[in-house]
Amino acid sequence: MTETHQITLNINGKDYQTSVEARRTLVDVIRDQCGQTGTHVGCEHGVCGACTILLDGEPVRACLMFGVQADGKKIRTVEGLATGDKLHPLQQAFTDHHALQCGFCTPGFLMLAAGILEKDPNINHDDLIAALSSNLCRCTGYANIITAVKVAAEKMRAG
Amino acid sequence: MPPSGSELLGQRLSRLEDPPLITGKGRFADDINFPHQLHMRVMRSPLAHAEITGIQTEQAAALPGVVAVWTHDDIADLGPIDFRADKSAEELKAFRQFCLAKDRVRYVGDPVAVIFAEDPYVAEDAEDLITLDLVSLEIIANADQHPGEFQPGLSSEAGLLTHTFGDVKSTFEAAHLVVEVDLQTGRHSGVPLETRGAIGVHNKTSDILELYGAAKIPHRNRETLVRMLGRSPSKIHLHEGHTGGGFGIRGELYPEDVLVLLAAERLGRPIKWIEDRQEHMMAANQGRNQHHKARMAFDRDGKILAMADEFWHDQGGYVRTHGANVPNRTMCMLTGAYKVPTFRAECHFRLTNKTPAATYRAPGRFESTFVRERMMDIAAERFGVDRVEIRRRNLIGPEDMPFKVAFDEPGVETLVFDSGDYPALLNKALKHFRWHELEAELKDRRRTGELVGCGLGVFVEESGKGPVDGARIVVDTNGDVEVLTGGASLGQGFETTMGQITAAALGADFRKITVIHGQTDRIPYGIGAHAARATVMTGSAVNIAALKVKDKALEAASEMLQMPADRLDIEQNVVFVADNPSGPSVTLGEVAKRLAPGSKFLGSRDPGLSAEGFHNTAESAFPYGIHFAVVKIDGETGHIAVERFMVAYDVGRAVNHMLLEGQLVGGCVQGVGGALFEEFSYSETGEPLSVTLADYLVPTMDCAPMVECLVTEDAPSPTNLLGLKGGGEGGINGVGAAIAGAIDNAIGKVGAVTQLPVTPQRMRKILRDLNKSF
Repeated sequence: MTETHQITLNINGKDYQTSVEARRTLVDVIRDQCGQTGTHVGCEHGVCGACTILLDGEPVRACLMFGVQADGKKIRTVEGLATGDKLHPLQQAFTDHHALQCGFCTPGFLMLAAGILEKDPNINHDDLIAALSSNLCRCTGYANIITAVKVAAEKMRAG
Repeated sequence: MPPSGSELLGQRLSRLEDPPLITGKGRFADDINFPHQLHMRVMRSPLAHAEITGIQTEQAAALPGVVAVWTHDDIADLGPIDFRADKSAEELKAFRQFCLAKDRVRYVGDPVAVIFAEDPYVAEDAEDLITLDLVSLEIIANADQHPGEFQPGLSSEAGLLTHTFGDVKSTFEAAHLVVEVDLQTGRHSGVPLETRGAIGVHNKTSDILELYGAAKIPHRNRETLVRMLGRSPSKIHLHEGHTGGGFGIRGELYPEDVLVLLAAERLGRPIKWIEDRQEHMMAANQGRNQHHKARMAFDRDGKILAMADEFWHDQGGYVRTHGANVPNRTMCMLTGAYKVPTFRAECHFRLTNKTPAATYRAPGRFESTFVRERMMDIAAERFGVDRVEIRRRNLIGPEDMPFKVAFDEPGVETLVFDSGDYPALLNKALKHFRWHELEAELKDRRRTGELVGCGLGVFVEESGKGPVDGARIVVDTNGDVEVLTGGASLGQGFETTMGQITAAALGADFRKITVIHGQTDRIPYGIGAHAARATVMTGSAVNIAALKVKDKALEAASEMLQMPADRLDIEQNVVFVADNPSGPSVTLGEVAKRLAPGSKFLGSRDPGLSAEGFHNTAESAFPYGIHFAVVKIDGETGHIAVERFMVAYDVGRAVNHMLLEGQLVGGCVQGVGGALFEEFSYSETGEPLSVTLADYLVPTMDCAPMVECLVTEDAPSPTNLLGLKGGGEGGINGVGAAIAGAIDNAIGKVGAVTQLPVTPQRMRKILRDLNKSF
């Protein structure tokens, strides 16, 4: 298993050229070869969502894709969420409303929520809960995550 | 003007630790790398109990990229993972785990070999090339079956432990009413979102071994490593980075921690090990798995006369760092918030062929509260009195404080409940949550055929058990404040809590504070973060150190401002004249400059604006709480929805209400998982059936209740200056008890729930047995 493939990942607007074995997962490539360690690996089987990124605008599990499958795609990770020193409304709301404790699931939740709200800024409560239920948090009990996402949604709608 | 001084305590300040965590700048174990590092892969036993007759590693060792493969023979000079110094137990030593299995494997997941390779993928490839020769042995599936042999001639019953006081036997014989139960709690674990990780580095220049990925108790683990590796304490250092959740299970010393250190030294390269999720579910500590046969005796007025409990604790394959701590905590906290005149608990502490067990958030207390409160519910039914009333009759009163629970066995610790008004909390909670109205509403809904009900659990928690912790605070010439502690942060908000205490005591600017934790090379001692100690122990030491720094700053500023020190105060890093705030002032940074070496002003003073503080105590602080649950059962599917959950908790003194509620809510939802969904189950041959997050079901957002909190500060602890008590475990303690009571109430059958978790299958069986299923 030594044959490698040249790929280019566009992460947060910057191109990363790297060579990878076909079997290397996207999250490992993002972390180990592109040095973007904000995206976390929680289970490697697509259940916990800690590795959620936006791939061409869609929230996906970066542990369930191979790096080669993302060749040429536009990827957004937690590192690209803020604008300079200005936090994204989701990041601001997460700290204001204590929506994180250990912070390990947080990048995945932030990217999942960003993907949901960019697609449907007016998403209703039930649909929001159903969509956010695809990621796991073991510390907070979720209540503050719901509050934070709703507050951020309001801010994002107001522009 | 933001709040300052003592009014800072309790404020809902946003956390100091958040900025890196929300921007992807965290440093978790897998984010740490060293040049030239090797990756370790652990090969684990596929069988639950077997004799090892051979391990063929040649093919694996020959794979390009593999540097070394070790089995037990390669590290035969290394002893088993030792108990913590405070848990040493001579009679349990034979049950300790070697870092790589010696002669036998005792659970699926028992490490048998390790591979060191240039790349983690290659290390996994090599694992497939190792052949194990194993001869299956009969397994011990459960603690409550007949004991077998741990090894030839050594019974799997590692100990028969007892806690007693008074004459239970004659009390039961003379009792007006006796309640009996047969109850089980499932096998659970903390399941943090970050798996474990360990990176070992040997600094060849200084001959210091460094372990990164440490957590919870770095200083205590160093003590154990010193014993195991025969090194001087100054030649081993542990470093805690960001930690993705702990819950009691992370940060104990595990085989992998020792292996990366040993390999770093012997192979001469940094060694990195990151656990995968499947490994985590069969290798990290589990807990809770107990089977209780308990009885309670009452007089004719419904007052408790005696409690007796015989239980079986399923320890799994080995006894790990805690020794027999969990069964001991189960026994000593069993009487809870009630006056119990006579008591006997007897624990069969038994090894089985499962993943080893140890502490998981509220260890022994989640279990014992479930057992005790089940019996209180049944007693209420038998007496024909209200569930609240039977509890009220037996609560320890404020006039009984401090309340002693002393056991007859020599050497068993006496508990001294330091302060509390349990009846007052009960009254406040009933009123706040409108309990009686709620009961009436639910009764109406049951009349229309809904299976809805409510239940409660009353408990005492423990926290802040000593012996000692220290802190050092340094204000630099820029006015930045470093708070150096021996505490640990697992995500609970440790930095904010310590920062808030410092800001309150010293008058420092909260946002200019940096809190250091988990670094054994920075501070010689450290209590870590376990058993709700951090806020009480480290917080008290930080408070003492901050008050000393304040005195120093005022003394120096008094000279600088030509003003008596007692007329000065400090707020937001500024020393000012208390009765003339617009008068002369000086910043803490300027004071630090004046106290720097070489300053003419220094005189005979020691340089620097800094101080150390220690908190010594022989006493614990006991918070207490009540949980209330409302459930709705779907009779067709057996699904149980938690409609409401309410936590009433007295914490003595809250440092940050937002963080405390975060602990209570998060703990509570974890408890809901343990009460309804989570369970490590095993096949008849000892195969673990819950090795993914799709099998071990932690609560998701759509099934987590919105937990309502009532936090009171009626009973500050007399054991420390601020009156602090711990908050880490009060959210989970009574969840099993309250949900069980609510299910009973919904289906109209008190005592129906005998086993946690109440999965849909178990719920359906209960309903079928009652002819209530649809």
